Amino acid sequence: MKKLVDFNIEENIAVGAGCFLLKLHTDEQLPEILPGQFVNVMIEDAGVLLRRPISIHYADAKKGILELLVKIAGKGTEKLSHIAKGENINILIPLGMEFTMPAKEDNVLLVGGGVGIAPLYYFAKVMCDNGIKPTLLIGTRSAGDIILKEKFSQVADLYYTTEDGSYGEKGYPTQHSVLLNNFDKIYTCGPTPMMKGIAAYANKKGIFCEVSLENKMACGIGACLCCVQDTKEGHKCVCTTGPVFNINDLKWQN
Amino acid sequence: MAKLNIDINGLSLKNPVLTASGTFGYGFEYSDFVNLENLGGFIVKGTTLNPREGNPYPRMAETPSGMLNAVGLQNKGAQYFVDKIYPALKGINTNVIVNVSGSSVPDYAKCAEMINELDHIPAIELNISCPNVKEGGMAFGTSCGAASEVVKAVRDVYKKHLIVKLSPNVTNIQEIALAVEAAGADSVSLINTMMGMAIDIKSRKPILSTITGGLSGPCVKPVALRMVWQVAKAVKIPVIGLGGIASAADAIEFLLAGASAIQIGTANFIDPSITQKVIDGINLYLDENGFDDVNQIIGLINK
Repeated sequence: MKKLVDFNIEENIAVGAGCFLLKLHTDEQLPEILPGQFVNVMIEDAGVLLRRPISIHYADAKKGILELLVKIAGKGTEKLSHIAKGENINILIPLGMEFTMPAKEDNVLLVGGGVGIAPLYYFAKVMCDNGIKPTLLIGTRSAGDIILKEKFSQVADLYYTTEDGSYGEKGYPTQHSVLLNNFDKIYTCGPTPMMKGIAAYANKKGIFCEVSLENKMACGIGACLCCVQDTKEGHKCVCTTGPVFNINDLKWQN
Repeated sequence: MAKLNIDINGLSLKNPVLTASGTFGYGFEYSDFVNLENLGGFIVKGTTLNPREGNPYPRMAETPSGMLNAVGLQNKGAQYFVDKIYPALKGINTNVIVNVSGSSVPDYAKCAEMINELDHIPAIELNISCPNVKEGGMAFGTSCGAASEVVKAVRDVYKKHLIVKLSPNVTNIQEIALAVEAAGADSVSLINTMMGMAIDIKSRKPILSTITGGLSGPCVKPVALRMVWQVAKAVKIPVIGLGGIASAADAIEFLLAGASAIQIGTANFIDPSITQKVIDGINLYLDENGFDDVNQIIGLINK
């Protein structure tokens, strides 16, 4: 069940790397919210027509809590970054399909690039609650772009790559030595070239792999057919068939 | 509580609020947000005789107070609609209207003929105005001769209410409206999207995969309203107005200009419950202004 819900801004924290963390609360009853799903956020500004799709960084539906980790990428997110404590925003929640929950005995690798780490926190948190501690490999440009390290360290074993070598291993996540370990399931969210690299790695080793895509959207509910991804079964809406896709369903060249 | 029901040349609506094809899916997508049976009706996405994959991604660009789309009539074809979609739609107690498109006159006619067999579909909207397909679509809606030819062919095989959806991308929309009226249309709907484009100055490339696309949203409303007013004065058949309607006030403007019903399109993307708000707002406006029947305000500025 999808709902239009008014949330109150409890905190808006600049966390670095051009990102901000919104902590939201509502007294309205929320439907079940699963890791990997997203929301469509109304931006109250004459210059912004459409809602903005944003992944769910953390949610506790029973307590009316929602957290969004957002990178300023255009005028919609720029406007959103100025929203202040006490203001309300209208959110269409929850949208899309979730990550496939791994089994308890699975060795799980999460790979996030840039703000693609946002949905991986909620996923890792739910996994931890279910007795699975995942490995999380994060790629950034440099040490200065690393955000929320302490928070992520509570739900995953962290590894980093930086493009300039200023923190962790130098290079891209696809080059990190942690990939020499054996994993049963891999999940990734971030820039497309990084996700394609991880997908190619998973494919070569025959490991289950899901990716979270972020095509441009209008409605977020499968009506407008704007956000389509070319899959082995033709054009599929990222907002309803995805945003999480198994790499075997995509037409990515491996 | 004013009377909201409207008769459009034999097509009976509970109220004048419909949804625009391509913005409301098959209705189900919105059932968490609106009671579909409260609507005057809804127009399901463009259906063609054969399945279409549509255009490559990217298909959408946000523009000032509007959006461009280049979906290109992605749909699974008429037979799929008949077999898989219609059975789920036929129990809904409102007008479910199918938007029919094609790339040739025989395709339009065959598709319309298949929909004609469906008892619970009281009308089709003939799309001769889609700007996003290479063959057909808008090509039929931009000349009186071609528009007349396709409407006649469909009229021969389609026995129920025939709405013809007009393109704004013409020099004289009244002429096209008169041509489709003469060819047998029961009503006309306008406007479809306006051809536009957008460029990403960072990559120095067009944003849409098709370069051009169809513009919709609040930015087109004044143009749509002008065209609805012009067409309503020119033809005798009812006019259904659409283009940028995002509130009850917008809808009332179209009714005052001469539209007998309206469609809500892009606004559904921003507020999926907008249709109910527009119905309620029209009702409130009529009550507050001393009208007891919505028919009293249709075309009022022309009286």
